[in-house]
Amino acid sequence: MPQAAIETENLSKDYPYGFLHLKTRKSLENLTMRVAEGEVFGFLGPNGAGKSTTIKLLMRLIFPTAGTARILGKTIDDVSMHASIGYLPEQPYFYDYLTAYEVLDYFARFHGLTAADRHLRIHAMLKKVGLETAQKIQLRKYSKGMLQRVGLAQAILHDPQVIILDEPMSGLDPLGRREVRDIILDLKREGRTIMFSTHVLSDAETLCDRVGILVGGKLRGTGAPGELMDIQAQGMEIQFALTGPNENLALLAKATRAGDNYRVQVAEAELSKALEDLHAAGARIHAVAQIKPTLEEYFMHLVAADRAQASSVEVSGR
Amino acid sequence: MRNIRAVAANTFREAVRDRVLYNLVFFALLMMGAAILVGQISIDIEQDVIISLGLSAISLIGILIAVFLGVALVSKEMDKRTLYALLAKPVKRWEFLLGKFFGLVLTLAVNTAAMALGLYAALLTVKHSLEKSDAYILVAIYLILLKLAVIVALALLFSCFTTPFLAILFTAGLYGAGLFASDLRTVRGVNMDPSSLRVMRGVSYVIPNFQNFDVMGAVVHGHGVPGSFVAQATLYAALYIAIVLLAAAVIFSRRNLK
Repeated sequence: MPQAAIETENLSKDYPYGFLHLKTRKSLENLTMRVAEGEVFGFLGPNGAGKSTTIKLLMRLIFPTAGTARILGKTIDDVSMHASIGYLPEQPYFYDYLTAYEVLDYFARFHGLTAADRHLRIHAMLKKVGLETAQKIQLRKYSKGMLQRVGLAQAILHDPQVIILDEPMSGLDPLGRREVRDIILDLKREGRTIMFSTHVLSDAETLCDRVGILVGGKLRGTGAPGELMDIQAQGMEIQFALTGPNENLALLAKATRAGDNYRVQVAEAELSKALEDLHAAGARIHAVAQIKPTLEEYFMHLVAADRAQASSVEVSGR
Repeated sequence: MRNIRAVAANTFREAVRDRVLYNLVFFALLMMGAAILVGQISIDIEQDVIISLGLSAISLIGILIAVFLGVALVSKEMDKRTLYALLAKPVKRWEFLLGKFFGLVLTLAVNTAAMALGLYAALLTVKHSLEKSDAYILVAIYLILLKLAVIVALALLFSCFTTPFLAILFTAGLYGAGLFASDLRTVRGVNMDPSSLRVMRGVSYVIPNFQNFDVMGAVVHGHGVPGSFVAQATLYAALYIAIVLLAAAVIFSRRNLK
């Protein structure tokens, strides 16, 4: 079994609330998990599940109510471990009076890099995240997606062994998401350990070796993403083109239309009949795909179905 | 040390880019106006007016910057979450605090030095020459800078555990109380019982004694300031700042960020 890069044991975080802070809300309960070295681990869950809380605990931005955590064998109290960790905060915001080059130069100084090394690394990172041409513009003029790229660049600037990314795809357009995915895969190929949080299953499916699912502050299970996707298929989507009127085709009533192109969702059991009907009507089938829900939808469904047993729900996995 | 220097340099750069030093334009206009005005009335108090007005303006502008920017040093980084990425680097929280403190003190030093030049320029305009006793103005300005450093430390401390608004109130309130610290020690209330007097004396030693830095009266009239006074004030400021920053570091090291 590979050595653990990140491990937590009964990690818990309560937040006080109320006027006198006498009541507490459990944000994370007894999280015990392990991320192996060289693994890409997706931390999944709906909004407010405790993903960011866990990451902030690991980064020592907040302090646990109970439990312990270790990264690369060092306890998280040890600030020196941060030399080997890269971190991208959720919706990162940097000093807006600095340019991308300056902010990276500022962060690089804390890693003890020489001026020449800093220059080389910064240029390499700016190129990697596609900000070479915008490096001299102050960050106050950057879009959300560009800030996300700066965040990614500062996270990997010092060549860290472990990279922790909080919602790395957030705020990015499809091209940006693809580029971030490619960067994560590059980092994985280089043998780095990557843990990232997301509430979008497709990100996890593309990138992760394993995922951990967090709901209501509790870890419900860990496993390979493919298995989780199969659990909650919500039916099938058919994309087709149809020219001319077809009033007898019942499917059209629930289809969405863009010109001659249609999309319709059907239950898996109704797929064969739907395809036969479409062929009979002279439709050209473009694609048939399984509808995969977001994790949030999955858990909303799960919790609503059996609210009383929600706390004992386990997701099986490898 | 490397980390503290990096944070301090960035804090200074932030102040410059956020146009904090633009206050110098106001100071320059004030000094020019005063020089022209006293030049016209000329009743042999030109020097007193210029020095008095100049030192008061240097002190007031410095206090405003120290309080408002001092409170913003930490609270702004927390509100905007710029602190998250920084604390994920191998930086200790106390290093961040010290860097912030020295960065703002550096800003204030540069600002105060520029204003000192303006004050001397105004003085030269009305007197047409400078005397040896005018060098005491520099001592007064040095002591103002020490005072400002104490205020920055206090603002930093309060911003570590309360809201920016309350931190400003606390800092300003403590500054106001500190102006009367010596008076609290010597007060002789007719109706005061001994225990109240003891409490008052105790409080007077805890709050910062800003009277330790006030030599404006002497300097305006061309009197010298003893070296021992300056040394004591320096030592007092250094100790007070060290204690306040230690408290700030202890609080901030345990603080959960939002």
